[in-house]
Amino acid sequence: MEKENAKKYGMVIDLDKCTGCGACMVACMAENNVPFREDETDKLLSVSWMRVYRLTNRKPFPDTEECFLPRPCQHCEGHHGHSPCVSVCPATATDYDMDTGIVSQIYPRCFGCRYCMAACPYHVRQFNWWDPIWPDGMERMLNPGVSVRMRGVVEKCSFCIQRYQAAKEQAYMEERREIEEDEYQTACTEACPAGAIIFGDLNNPEHAVHQIARPDPKHEGRSKNPRAFRLLERLGTNTKIYYLSSRDWVRKAGDNYLKDELKGKTHS
Amino acid sequence: MKVDRRSFLAFVLGGAAGTALTPLPWKITDDLAIWSQNWPWTPVPAKGETSYVTSTCALCPGGCGISVKKVAERVIKIAGLQGHPVNDGGLCILGAAGAQFLYGPTRIQTPIKKINGRWQKISWNDAITELAAKLKELRANGSAHTVACVSGTDRGTVPELLNRFLTVYGSPNFFRTPSIWDSYELALYLTQGTRSMTGFDIENADFVLSFGSGLIEGWGSPGYMFRAKAMLRENGGRMDQIEPRLSKTAAKSDHWIAINPGTEGALAFGLAHVIIKDKLYNRNFVDGFTTGLSGRFQGIIGGFPPEIVSKITGISAGTIVALAKDFASARKPLAICGQGQGHQPGNLQEFLAVHTLNALVGNINQPGGVWAIPEPDYIDWPELEMDGVASAGMQQQRVDGAGSNRYPNARYLLHNLPQVINASKESPVQVLFVAGANPAYSLQDTESVKKAFEKIPFVVSFSSYMDETAELADMVLPNHVFLERYEDVPAATGFPKPFIGLAQPAVEPLYNTQYTGDVIIQLAKALGHTIGAAFPWDDYVTCLEETLGDKWDPLVEEGYWVDAEYSGMDWADAFETDSAKFEFSNSEINMLADYSPLKPEGDEILYPLTLVPYDTMRLTCGYVGSPPFLIKSLEDTILQGKEVLVELNPETAGQLGLAEGKVVNLTTLKGSARVKVHLTNGIMPGLVALPRGLGHTAYDRFLAGRGVNYNQLSGPIADPASGHNAAWGIQAKITKA
Repeated sequence: MEKENAKKYGMVIDLDKCTGCGACMVACMAENNVPFREDETDKLLSVSWMRVYRLTNRKPFPDTEECFLPRPCQHCEGHHGHSPCVSVCPATATDYDMDTGIVSQIYPRCFGCRYCMAACPYHVRQFNWWDPIWPDGMERMLNPGVSVRMRGVVEKCSFCIQRYQAAKEQAYMEERREIEEDEYQTACTEACPAGAIIFGDLNNPEHAVHQIARPDPKHEGRSKNPRAFRLLERLGTNTKIYYLSSRDWVRKAGDNYLKDELKGKTHS
Repeated sequence: MKVDRRSFLAFVLGGAAGTALTPLPWKITDDLAIWSQNWPWTPVPAKGETSYVTSTCALCPGGCGISVKKVAERVIKIAGLQGHPVNDGGLCILGAAGAQFLYGPTRIQTPIKKINGRWQKISWNDAITELAAKLKELRANGSAHTVACVSGTDRGTVPELLNRFLTVYGSPNFFRTPSIWDSYELALYLTQGTRSMTGFDIENADFVLSFGSGLIEGWGSPGYMFRAKAMLRENGGRMDQIEPRLSKTAAKSDHWIAINPGTEGALAFGLAHVIIKDKLYNRNFVDGFTTGLSGRFQGIIGGFPPEIVSKITGISAGTIVALAKDFASARKPLAICGQGQGHQPGNLQEFLAVHTLNALVGNINQPGGVWAIPEPDYIDWPELEMDGVASAGMQQQRVDGAGSNRYPNARYLLHNLPQVINASKESPVQVLFVAGANPAYSLQDTESVKKAFEKIPFVVSFSSYMDETAELADMVLPNHVFLERYEDVPAATGFPKPFIGLAQPAVEPLYNTQYTGDVIIQLAKALGHTIGAAFPWDDYVTCLEETLGDKWDPLVEEGYWVDAEYSGMDWADAFETDSAKFEFSNSEINMLADYSPLKPEGDEILYPLTLVPYDTMRLTCGYVGSPPFLIKSLEDTILQGKEVLVELNPETAGQLGLAEGKVVNLTTLKGSARVKVHLTNGIMPGLVALPRGLGHTAYDRFLAGRGVNYNQLSGPIADPASGHNAAWGIQAKITKA
């Protein structure tokens, strides 16, 4: 059910601007108490809420092109909040918030069945195979706004929901009901030195994300911007991360196409 | 009681129904889950009041403004400072991981001294007394000039205090760690006659032509370059990247022009050739404000017509001509050079050629151009009173040969030091100070560097971390880390405005560490006489506050000072050469050795491949090592387990019979290492690319022992024109392990 005044927080990531530097990943780790182990090179076991992927056009030297694609949780709305992970969770440990459009993860409820990980088409969910351990003294930099996760639970990007809560509390203290666009920004958005990530309320025409993504409510939020695309849009996951690219092959790489399908076209 | 079938079934079914109806099993499952999630070893971060400290990141000389978030007295997170002239809210990956340097496990917590190969704690008093006695003795023996210092930079109060100490003590042997800025300073000095820093107004350019500069891989001030590169794109500007490997910068450029490695200078001369031949240059600037175009310069350029340059560089003559025309016809074209992050000074003639391109299009001190930024002038300390020993010591030739007849233009040639020490019977350096640098890791030919360091009788490190140099030292006098100290950041590298940043303490020092500036002041006072008199301040913070004068208060408040109105000097006043013009040729430039592409070391038959290093933002290769967050963020195409991956073109790999992920031995004249093969189309056939920044033997368990240090497989080569290290690669071979 759409609520009145409901927000729909989302992101626009400009892949033409993204440099693949990884500042978003580290800003996220520092903000969200993501632990680190000695060997993090097996990326299937490495917990990282934000991950920057490298795409290539697969052409031989010297016609090779590359593009970097930061991938936070896509916060799928699906049809009326039926995101792939929320629909399958047997413990109600993950939930689609109709007020914000954020897919949450409630760690104490999660018992680690990893059904959500199998359901997620974007590999955004990661399982804690080990208890988090910080080298002596390093636990001092943990953020009290985010609980530390224990072995046996699944975790993922929360759009830094603690920042939303803090901004709302601040607004209430100042006797306001609404928060401004710049009062709630995720850690990755804030850190990006190239300004490639833009975050805000997709429902609010004043917000930059709305103006750039131009979501079409008649087609489950599909963008009216010809440079924009969403990952695996055809699955109907109705995600809230819009990517921008001026390169045709990059936009095509955002979805699975059959050979000879949509030749030269990106959107019908 | 008799248990028959009927009552048994009733009991079992009744029990099952009863159990299912009570909440007990569900309660127990839930409790079990909660219990298993509340282990005492899972930390619960303590709550507290949130506050923010405005400061400047001092992890590199980029000068980015930061906002340090604290909860009670703990640093939680570092974010970029909104509205800051350099980074305006953005922050690089290293800065974002900054708190890990404060709380990291490799901090040196107290002064230590090596006795019979083992570290022992020592008090600050004893350390300074012992060091002062040693220095007194050397000075009395007429060996004052054998005291040397390696510093990360030569600007700012701490390096200047170190240099001042050396001067008044009597030694000319102050070293700055090598970088492309050595070559840029010289290129500007030789053509424009000023000793200045180089700034690049990238955000206002409309065509940036980069000769291998890793604009988004740590070249210059990362905070500024990332922002400027994004603005260039937003303004509709174009960027072309010239290098043999598809770096991230190349991938994010409008055109990637693959060039034979080490031939960038030839291309720059080739472009100048076309621009001059077709008279595409900026008449207004060239006719009015330059000289020497028709002198020796034109002779040199004459040797680089497109056909010849095409043979050298591997770029077609048509592309060269088109590129020259596009560059010259752009409104605000800007050419930049210096490989990757800029850790190797490179070939001076190449820098001169690239700088000349900017002059030909008249984009010197213009919007969107290259600007000469005056050296910071806020350090104005009283004139030194030199005693006889100091004057005699300063008359001595520098050990590295900088400023000698052979290399009159070079100021510091640190890469020569290991060679000189290893070649002498007794080390010409008796005491070495190392501050803000890790030469035992970052200088090429690691083995000979380590040998030289072992030969120096007494090495003092001021490092905050147990790095490779500190491990080789005899005494470590740990500095506070940047989140615990005041320090001036005298410029932002490559930023086009005069700028000063101030690092401010976010927390009290965690350990028994001291300002390096304080140690120098105390040491000078212990030596007394003219040396003590040269340091009239009670302590370093007083010195810093007095030095910055009226700038101190605004710096404490804002975290930075910037001359926002600065837009480069007018052409009429900008040049301090004999002709008061920009000089394409002059007596000094004409004296330089001619340009020729530098050949890498090693026989091409024994070593048929060429090993080139590359840089990534996710690895540091200067003074500080990569913290755990950076290692965690590394791609699995760079590191797998403990093995580093080298990039090979599939064509080359096919010839060698190698498949993806194969473990091989990579061998050069300097050494051999185990690496894994990664196939990528983004590299020129015949090359092997190795990332810089791995292969540490020191630091924490997250960094040490992973991958291979490029410097251990390669050595320096002196540029015949300047004497600086111009090596860009080394011949190598791959054999199956």
